[in-house]
Amino acid sequence: MNSRKIKKGPSRRKFLKNGLSIGIGAAATTGVFSSCSKNEESESGEKVRVMTTDGKLVEVDASQIHESVHIVTNQEARKGDPKREYVMVIDLAKCRNARKCVDLCQRMHNLPPKDEWIKVFYMQDSEDAAPYWFPKPCFHCNSPSCVNVCPVGATFKRQDGLVLIDNERCIGCKFCMAACPYSSRVFNWKEPESTEDIKDHHGAIETGIPQKVGTVGKCDFCPDMARMGKLPSCIDACPNGVLYYGDKNEDLITNGTETVRFSQIIYERAGYRYMEELGTRPSVYYLPPVNRSFDPEIGFKDLPDEIRQRYDVSRSKIKKETR
Amino acid sequence: MKIDATTISALKRYAPQLETASLFEKILFWIMVVFVLAGFPALYIQHVEGHYVTGMRDNVFWGVYIVNFIFYIGISYAGALISGILYLLKVEWRKPIIRIAEMITVISTILGPIYILLCMGRLDRLHHLVLYGRIQSPITWDVIAITTYLIGSIIFLYLATIQDFAILRDYDGLKVGKWRKPLYKFFAVSYQDTPRQRNLIHRGLTIMSIIIIPLAVIVHSVLSWIFGMTLRPGWHSTIFAPYFVVAAVFSGTGVLIVAMWVYRKLYHLEDIIVEKHFRYLGIIVLVLGALYGYFTFAEYLTNWYGSEKWELELIYKLFDLNEFGWMFIFAAFVGVLLPIIIIAVPYFRSINSITFASLIVVLAMWVKRYIIIIPTLETPLLPMQESRMEYIHYSMTWIEWILTISGLAVFCLFFYLYSKFVPIIPLAESSSLTSNQSNESDT
Repeated sequence: MNSRKIKKGPSRRKFLKNGLSIGIGAAATTGVFSSCSKNEESESGEKVRVMTTDGKLVEVDASQIHESVHIVTNQEARKGDPKREYVMVIDLAKCRNARKCVDLCQRMHNLPPKDEWIKVFYMQDSEDAAPYWFPKPCFHCNSPSCVNVCPVGATFKRQDGLVLIDNERCIGCKFCMAACPYSSRVFNWKEPESTEDIKDHHGAIETGIPQKVGTVGKCDFCPDMARMGKLPSCIDACPNGVLYYGDKNEDLITNGTETVRFSQIIYERAGYRYMEELGTRPSVYYLPPVNRSFDPEIGFKDLPDEIRQRYDVSRSKIKKETR
Repeated sequence: MKIDATTISALKRYAPQLETASLFEKILFWIMVVFVLAGFPALYIQHVEGHYVTGMRDNVFWGVYIVNFIFYIGISYAGALISGILYLLKVEWRKPIIRIAEMITVISTILGPIYILLCMGRLDRLHHLVLYGRIQSPITWDVIAITTYLIGSIIFLYLATIQDFAILRDYDGLKVGKWRKPLYKFFAVSYQDTPRQRNLIHRGLTIMSIIIIPLAVIVHSVLSWIFGMTLRPGWHSTIFAPYFVVAAVFSGTGVLIVAMWVYRKLYHLEDIIVEKHFRYLGIIVLVLGALYGYFTFAEYLTNWYGSEKWELELIYKLFDLNEFGWMFIFAAFVGVLLPIIIIAVPYFRSINSITFASLIVVLAMWVKRYIIIIPTLETPLLPMQESRMEYIHYSMTWIEWILTISGLAVFCLFFYLYSKFVPIIPLAESSSLTSNQSNESDT
């Protein structure tokens, strides 16, 4: 079972689905009645009009409205939304290795300091080729090698295109890590330190919180956020609008400030998928780094030593290989 | 069942270890026990601390445990080859060594999967393989294939031992602990050496020897597909299944020769395990070595000549003496050419030199498995932009060393204990061999 409290700001869809009209000023928006017969709480005096599921409009005291907890069952989490096909588009022309996506992702998923679900690579294909910054989440492939090889179905492909992990089922064989050609998967080599606020979470497929020792984790495109009508953390975090997220069926993607047509931007900017030749058919598209907003060298500015060191190893290797 | 004098003399001559143990044996036994016991603290630490105590990290997420796993499954081929193929071909000289070969098979097929378990992050969820098993996964193929192979090998070994169990049950002069006789009686399943029973065992063995050969080929092919099915340089190769099969028989025969040498010395079996056995098996090693060398050459030449980016990166790591160069030289050149030269040139050929060559083969094949696994994992398609060196380069931690050595000790210990319980020279067959060479009716 997995659960997540819906706190505030539900989407219009959720609003209609629940069939409730909610008055202004109520703290909890998606409300249900507590037991009406036994009213032990003091009345606030503030009346709220709500609609019952059979369509009657009734007035109740605001104090009787409680936050509803939507339990996302394992079946639901494994199925996903059949109407959607989530895609991500990454505009390489705008990335300057600000690393905000990495930071927020790690914070939101409670990851250990150096275990990153979205990584920013410094890429230079050959000595004379142009270098560029390359943010890489999980590609949520449409022909996912990792899903094919999993012996227990702990990692699976949903109808909305997401590839998720049930870390209550994962046996830790690491075969998916071998199968993934993009090094998207990280293993919990030791018991992850969990902070107070996630202690009460129990294995949640959609949140990925908490991570379990001896199992595999990876970028999940934040399906729990999508359920709340929000964007994945990395999209929210990016100060330069590099990352776009959306639904291919709707043909709309957004980076939080600008919403564009998926097909149009891919056509106009000659979007491509990384290593198409592997046949994994990723759900992540890249826009080539042309007419750049930043010089790639800017990405090395103000980096902590530890992170700069990572790129140094790789840069010296590129030089050595192409010599 | 009546025990004739030749059987008794064979028992006294070829299986004295059932009744007595020399001081040397006892010392060896306790050394092995110590090594086995040393594995337990390491196991406990790994269990409590998690896999963080191993050298495995996100890029090189499989380490020496997988290497050992392939190695042990590989040497299990000894039994399949000797007992299967030679049995079918009715090769007479196999008789004294058939049981050693089958023991290698059974023990290593038990030990190999233990290393897979060590490599699993969540051993407590092993039952998920049954609860949620997916036939699409090569791991499921492996579980099915290895289980079947193990059961088949045990049946084969057992069928070939029933006659000896009956001899041990019915020979009253056997001076062994009281607890053993009921066990012999149990395992002998009221075998009385009637013509019908003999015929049944013979037919069972023939059927099993036919079954065990394709099974063995399947096991190592499926094992290679765990790697071959991934999109990684050095692994994603169509040659992998036959390459693994040949490498497995090669190393299995090597281990068999080493085991023969050890038993020959330990139990003074000089007049039944003779130079002929070493020479014939040596020639098998030679042929397999040539075949394995050919596969190796074909594999690396294709990748090098094609010079695809990652394949080339991998090959340069294997050629670089600062990385895997020495291991590569040992596994691909020393481990193949040296044994071939030693065995091919009659001047160099002796029991000891063939054993030495086999030992080199066995070591080289372990190293070979190491350079199949580790360099490929150190060559991911995306660059490793890491500051943690242990994520870039794998090195075995002492936990992994201890568990590797401990596993070897378990192998030797099982081997030794089995030889204390059952004669390693099949009495029922060897008595007919020594007394009357032409008597082949019961084979």
